[in-house]
Amino acid sequence: MSQIDYGETQAVFTPRPDLPPPAATVGVLGWVRANLVPNWFNAVITLVGLGVIYYIVSGLLTWAVFDAHFAGNSRQACKPNVNIVMDKVATTGILPDGTTLQLETTAARVAVPEGVSPNVRWERRIEPRPQRVAGGRYARVAVEEDHIIEGACWVFIFVRFDQFIYGFYPKDERWRPTVVIGVGLLLIFYMLTDGLPHRGRVAMFLLLPFPVIAYFMFSGGVLGLEYVSNDKWGGLLLTIIISSVAITGALPLGIALALGRRSVMPIIRWFCIVVIEFFRSVPMITILFMAMVVLPLFLPPGTVFDQLLRVLIGVTIFIAAYTAEVVRGGLQALPKGQYEAADALGLGYFKMMRLIILPQALRIMIPAIVSLFIGIFKDTTLVQIVGLNDLLTMMQLGVADAEWTGLSKEGYVVCGLIFFLFCFSMSRYSMYLERKLHTGH
Amino acid sequence: MAVAEGAVRPAKASWFYDARVRAVVYQVVMAGSVVFFFAWLTNNTLANLEQRGISSGFEFLNHPAGFGITFSLIEVSEASPYKRVFLVGVLNTLFVSAIGVVLATLLGFTLGVMRLSKNFIISRLAAVYLETFRNVPLLLQMLFWYTGVMLAFPTVRDAIIISDNVYLSIRGLNYPSIVPEPGFMAIPIAFVVGIVATIIMRKLVKRRRDATGQDFPTVWVGIGLVVGLPVLAALVTGLPWSRDIPELRGFNFRGGSVVIPEFMALLLALSMYTAAFIGEIVRAGIQAVSHGQSEAAHALGVKPSTTLRLVIIPQAMRIIIPPLISQYLNLVKNSSLAPVIGYQEITHLWAGTVLNQSGQALECMAMIMATYCVISLSISGIMNWYNARVALVER
Repeated sequence: MSQIDYGETQAVFTPRPDLPPPAATVGVLGWVRANLVPNWFNAVITLVGLGVIYYIVSGLLTWAVFDAHFAGNSRQACKPNVNIVMDKVATTGILPDGTTLQLETTAARVAVPEGVSPNVRWERRIEPRPQRVAGGRYARVAVEEDHIIEGACWVFIFVRFDQFIYGFYPKDERWRPTVVIGVGLLLIFYMLTDGLPHRGRVAMFLLLPFPVIAYFMFSGGVLGLEYVSNDKWGGLLLTIIISSVAITGALPLGIALALGRRSVMPIIRWFCIVVIEFFRSVPMITILFMAMVVLPLFLPPGTVFDQLLRVLIGVTIFIAAYTAEVVRGGLQALPKGQYEAADALGLGYFKMMRLIILPQALRIMIPAIVSLFIGIFKDTTLVQIVGLNDLLTMMQLGVADAEWTGLSKEGYVVCGLIFFLFCFSMSRYSMYLERKLHTGH
Repeated sequence: MAVAEGAVRPAKASWFYDARVRAVVYQVVMAGSVVFFFAWLTNNTLANLEQRGISSGFEFLNHPAGFGITFSLIEVSEASPYKRVFLVGVLNTLFVSAIGVVLATLLGFTLGVMRLSKNFIISRLAAVYLETFRNVPLLLQMLFWYTGVMLAFPTVRDAIIISDNVYLSIRGLNYPSIVPEPGFMAIPIAFVVGIVATIIMRKLVKRRRDATGQDFPTVWVGIGLVVGLPVLAALVTGLPWSRDIPELRGFNFRGGSVVIPEFMALLLALSMYTAAFIGEIVRAGIQAVSHGQSEAAHALGVKPSTTLRLVIIPQAMRIIIPPLISQYLNLVKNSSLAPVIGYQEITHLWAGTVLNQSGQALECMAMIMATYCVISLSISGIMNWYNARVALVER
């Protein structure tokens, strides 16, 4: 047996440290190469995209921050400054009486006269440094609209902000809605946080006694609280009231309609189908018109019916039809075995629904219900058509005020931002829930 | 053996627990309450109408409406009867919805594809658009387009000149209209012929591809046919039209055609809002096509563009179309917000002007709701038909 003697020359594998990946594929540079300039076509698109971003962001910042007015408490604080850039044609002109007009400067910063709205034709109103020339005329300088530096007037928003939030709710009583909505939000967060005790009880509290307490807090008239009639409720407060009442009322109604639609009893099934399909196929605005002009005809003569209540009833029934379809989706998503198991245990219909089916179906439905709520929240803006003062209407009323005329841009931006914050955070939450619920499968 | 026979038999349940008896009882109660409820409503309504001295019925449809309409697709005047006004409203609703659907689809698909782009900037831009437009109420967007953009355009005298004889001002977009002259009909006919030829070509190409594998540039030839044939027809017939050019007279333009600012604002708001939802649907639809599908196509050596056209899109469309159509439905329903900015479609004319003028609240609301029901149910009918057609045949 000859043994091969490797002796001292035996090669020992000593791994060398890995070479770093090519510099062009990692880090910031690699990310840029892979995501922004993988080829010339994408490089061009990236450049165009950056241009668009620059254009929007710079314009927005200039308007909303750099040229904006923040301080003050009246319209006077927001007089826009005008940069007049005069070219040769404008600086020298021959007036009708033959005199030649020569302006001294080629760039002047002139304050705009009071009460001038951004929509007027500037060239007719502005008379910068009016110069008396022969014949007692004033020289007029054409100002191009591009040269008007017109920043946002946030003063308007600051002054009116309380009205945007509370409508015409009396100033001294505004702590009441604030407390109710604050407590409501806290309870909702408590209910939605995992792992806290008594979440079910909190939910029950929110669903049943809470709306009653909230109602008495809002309208007062008991326990020494001053009475506030509901035509004074407005702004964001009203938007929140309408959307929460609608979803709270629509859930039980929608569940009933959805169960009815899946029922084996033909009359009940058809009734539910007709109700659901009818309300889903007409726009909400027609329901609001119905609530305003037709509902009074349907009730016994002499019935006086509160306007807000009419709108709430209309919106709730309307949303219930959509909720019913969401619930139906949840019910259909449950495996058939669940129903069969409940039947096998000898549970009756209502016990089966209450103990087996609905708890599971409602869990699956939460993201869809949140999306539905986002929809309602946005749709409450329609109530202005029947004369309720929601957030958007309060903003429009503010702009219509003679003192703040022409500031609709600021109003729309703030209004849009408030809606965006609410809707965006809710949609993020629903996406988070969807991801969470999906892990189980 | 000793057990009596009767003991094995289950005790006969009381009729009270019989599911069939209960079903009958429930339904009778249900039907009874519905009938009673409607009888109560009718009774109240009749009493109310009598008290207010309103005569019900559709007699008023034949009376002259007596108010002018700024935008109409058909001939209408102040002497036209109410039923004509109703038709104008329905047509205006359908018109703005149809154009809105086309614009929203184009923009939505572009956004959906942009959102999936590997290019970071592009996908972020699309994401910002989608989130912004989805989360701000449509009514606010509509008001923004109307008062913030359309009404901020300069007056007629300082109208922005977009191109030759096309003016943009606070009165809308004025552009030269085309007045057809004899022989003009050849152009639309050529257009229809182009479409039909393209459809036939597509069928033939598919048959040949299935049989032999040979492909054919269907899209380009199709575009050539649909665009080229009308152009050819126009040239052959010697450009059979004249132009009616808008001219500034006094405080407004005379001649030509105009797109009114209310229409533009409504159209922009509807299509940009709906496009955000469509973009999200398209993104989800394309992402839902399994990655293995495109990998398999690549493994077979299919070009990326062909993979997209023949493998990804057909499968994605099956997921995209149902929610897409319900977005179209939403667009039609949302066009009812027009009263806020003053575009005269069915809700504005019928629930606003005519209802107030004639006092026939019940009839007016019933007609509007029936109109929307018919539109919605026909669209969902189309959707069900499509779903049934493309549904996967599962075992």
